[in-house]
Amino acid sequence: MSEEILAPEFFKPLERENAAADQLRRRPLSFWQDVWIRLRRNRIATCGLYLLITLFLFALVGPFLSSHSYHETNLVLKNHPPSLRFWFGTDDLGRDLFTRTCWGARISLFVGITAALVDMAIGVLWGGVAALLGGKADQLLMRVADILYAIPYLLVVIMLMVVVGTGLFPIIIALTLTGWISMARIVRGQLLQLKELEYIQAAIALGSGKARILRKHLLPNAMGPIIIAMTFTIPTAIFTEAFLSFLGLGVQAPMASWGTMASDGLSALRYYPWRLFFPACFISVTMLAFNLLGDGLRDALDPRLRK
Amino acid sequence: MSQPPLLQVDQLKVSFKTHMGPLQAVRDVSFAIYPGESVAIVGESGSGKSVAAKAIIGLLSDPGVTIDGRILLNEENLLEKSEKEMQKIRGNQIGMIFQDPMTSLNPTMRVGKQILEVIHKHAKSSFKESKQQAIQLLQEVGLSDPEKRFEQYPHELSGGMRQRVLIAIALACTPKLLIADEPTTALDVTIQAQILAQMKAIQHKNQMSILLITHDLGIVAGMCDRVIVMYGGMIVETASVEDIYHSPFHPYTQGLLNSIPRVDKEESDLTPIPGAPPHLLDLPAGCPFTERCPFAMRMCPSHRPALFVIKPFQQAACWLHKKNP
Amino acid sequence: MTQKPLLSLQNVSKQFPIGKKVLTAVDGFSLDIYPGETVGLVGESGSGKSTVGRLSLYLQKPTTGSVLFDGFDLSLLSSREIRKMRRRFQMIFQDPYASLNPRMTVQDTIGEAFDIHKLVSKKQREEKIVELLESVGLDQSHLSRFPHEFSGGQRQRIGIARALAVEPGFIVCDEPISALDVSIRAQIINLLKKLQKEKGLTYLFIAHDLSMIKYLSDRVAVMYLGHLVELASSQELYSKPLHPYTQALLASIPIPDPVIEKKRERILLQGEAQNSSNSSVGCPFQHRCPFAQAICKEKKPLFEEVTPGHFAACHFAKNWL
Repeated sequence: MSEEILAPEFFKPLERENAAADQLRRRPLSFWQDVWIRLRRNRIATCGLYLLITLFLFALVGPFLSSHSYHETNLVLKNHPPSLRFWFGTDDLGRDLFTRTCWGARISLFVGITAALVDMAIGVLWGGVAALLGGKADQLLMRVADILYAIPYLLVVIMLMVVVGTGLFPIIIALTLTGWISMARIVRGQLLQLKELEYIQAAIALGSGKARILRKHLLPNAMGPIIIAMTFTIPTAIFTEAFLSFLGLGVQAPMASWGTMASDGLSALRYYPWRLFFPACFISVTMLAFNLLGDGLRDALDPRLRK
Repeated sequence: MSQPPLLQVDQLKVSFKTHMGPLQAVRDVSFAIYPGESVAIVGESGSGKSVAAKAIIGLLSDPGVTIDGRILLNEENLLEKSEKEMQKIRGNQIGMIFQDPMTSLNPTMRVGKQILEVIHKHAKSSFKESKQQAIQLLQEVGLSDPEKRFEQYPHELSGGMRQRVLIAIALACTPKLLIADEPTTALDVTIQAQILAQMKAIQHKNQMSILLITHDLGIVAGMCDRVIVMYGGMIVETASVEDIYHSPFHPYTQGLLNSIPRVDKEESDLTPIPGAPPHLLDLPAGCPFTERCPFAMRMCPSHRPALFVIKPFQQAACWLHKKNP
Repeated sequence: MTQKPLLSLQNVSKQFPIGKKVLTAVDGFSLDIYPGETVGLVGESGSGKSTVGRLSLYLQKPTTGSVLFDGFDLSLLSSREIRKMRRRFQMIFQDPYASLNPRMTVQDTIGEAFDIHKLVSKKQREEKIVELLESVGLDQSHLSRFPHEFSGGQRQRIGIARALAVEPGFIVCDEPISALDVSIRAQIINLLKKLQKEKGLTYLFIAHDLSMIKYLSDRVAVMYLGHLVELASSQELYSKPLHPYTQALLASIPIPDPVIEKKRERILLQGEAQNSSNSSVGCPFQHRCPFAQAICKEKKPLFEEVTPGHFAACHFAKNWL
């Protein structure tokens, strides 16, 4: 401490700008902006995200890149290994596996996302009504859901196929039949928790009706777990579709689903391994990417992990 | 004080690594606690008081933590000890009570077992002996029907009872120093009075030192001999309890005392301190209280005052001391 | 008081089913609050004071008894009428971190009142919101910010602005400062006092900080285990408490003065407040009362006027005069 500080002029009162006391310090960040930043920081989740973007491009643009179609057969060129002409090789009908894999991606993504959206719609409605009504209505709704959940879905699917026939849309219906139940449970759980929070009480005290509270207060704040649940529903749906198609219950020839391709490729595994390799690899990587993204989202949305 | 201090904290600095830069939670804090005395550290959020307490007992586990300085317990530097050595000291020489009795007890373990855990860690005695000891502790802390409590689970007890159990656990091995971090904040005022009275009685009996960390100036007046006031990570004033209340020097201490209403006086107006406690990332190079201080002078934002001696046993970190009237 | 009470709670009880048992949070509570006054409501955990606050605003419906606001029995109104009436009474909540919707900007939070009741035109909306912000010590730059960007004290101010948007006459303050730093509490209290003077508000101030209650209130009501045990002017209650619980409560308040603290006479209550289901016989305080007699275990004392304006529920209240 040097003596200069003790000079009299330093003891004069400090002049300061007014209202410095209540200044805010951080840049304004909306909730989703903050989530995005936190997600970006998570390298593994970002990898998942990039993988998915690549996959989307693959599905959208892929078929235009190759000069072949997915159904064109050419028995002379059957079972060729990957080459410059056929990037992923050909199957036993001479069809180009690259294009077929791209189409498979389209199918998988379509099925996955549609199923997740329908699940969300039904789940939010069911769970939301249960949480808001409470009491006996809530009990009734959730017990019905429990009973439906207990039915083995494969049985349902098969029965459905018998009735409706096989194909893409029956699969989606089958997937959404029971998929919404976990979403309903999540939504109900979230809403029950949020209902007790004071800002909900405040909205009621202001005179807000129930519909408005659901719309403006409850749902926006419950979106986090809902989106996370969706991110995990998609890979499950994709896998289920692949599995059903593998069993022959799904899309039919000449449509290319990764499941049907895997089924075709299995029998030829010994001699023409690439026919199984590509669909299996794509199924795995897609599911992994969604799971990584979902994990990252879960962490990014957790308010307790905010730094 | 002719005796050597039980605990001596020397130039303690604690900083955390955050993605927005280093956060200095404790900036150059030094104080001593002598055997048998009660010292309070008073401060609000951001003052650094809880971080300092955790540093003493070695519970700062964050990987981005840097601790500098010395913490001497009976002349031994705790900061140089290994985790294993610290475990021998915790519970044995230093007992600690945390704020929230709801989360500090293991909900799946009976209360008695949790006390026995501590006893067995530091002494080898038979189960029968330790159980006797534990039941006696439960009685000492004011729990009715201690044999029954021994067998109960935490959720069967009320908040006040749980806090008493925590005190029993902290005192199980008769430590020389008890660190209590906001021990009664979560409790009703009548329960608080009981627990504080109990703590005082035990302190007297065991000749124990207490380091009480709190924001409540009311309980400090009844419990402590000396008071240390912290703000923005540093000590701004330290004095005997009488001096702090009757002749506070630092504007923050004065502001605090002026902003709390008193039941025994007719109050015409409360004078609040404007502004809010500081964000630790935003502290000025000088005195952290500058922004809110009604007496701030030109050197305050840039030059940090040291702890000047106002009178024997009272020190304040304020440039006002150097001002010629 | 010859005025009509603004809020009248008449023999209100509230019970909550917990599993098979029933928890009586509030038991036979009656209180009249007159325009312009501040009534403080004190009690410890389990006293039922927060429930009384919610009952007063009809955020909870009483199991028995009636809640009258400005003479209107709220149980007789339709839900639409109640929603309209809600403009006249509001609440300020305890937890500044849970009382604001984290996804809504300050503007939307405060403006919600206007949107619900269609009080102002679009043009005036922003103007009015800024006016409200300024009246609580914030300003225009805070409009599009989110709650997490503010400190606890600032969030409470936003909550106060929100409550004021509908221009209520009666505000229930449910522990508005207990979650705030000590140096900020006085700011909020002073703000509440200022607003009361400016707008002629009536407050029901619920807290467990007895010193703050004394500072703010005209009259104080003391609750124990769901019962109202004493009611008097602030002065009277703190200088001549007539109920043993009030006496013990006052004796437990730490006073920030070491000389006084060292000399004090302590009335230390033993045990804890137990809400047992068989407490309906006799006085609710019998188990912890240092002066309990036989009659206390058999007969529940009536809540009656002992001296003008000073009520207590104790068989021996007169003995303390």
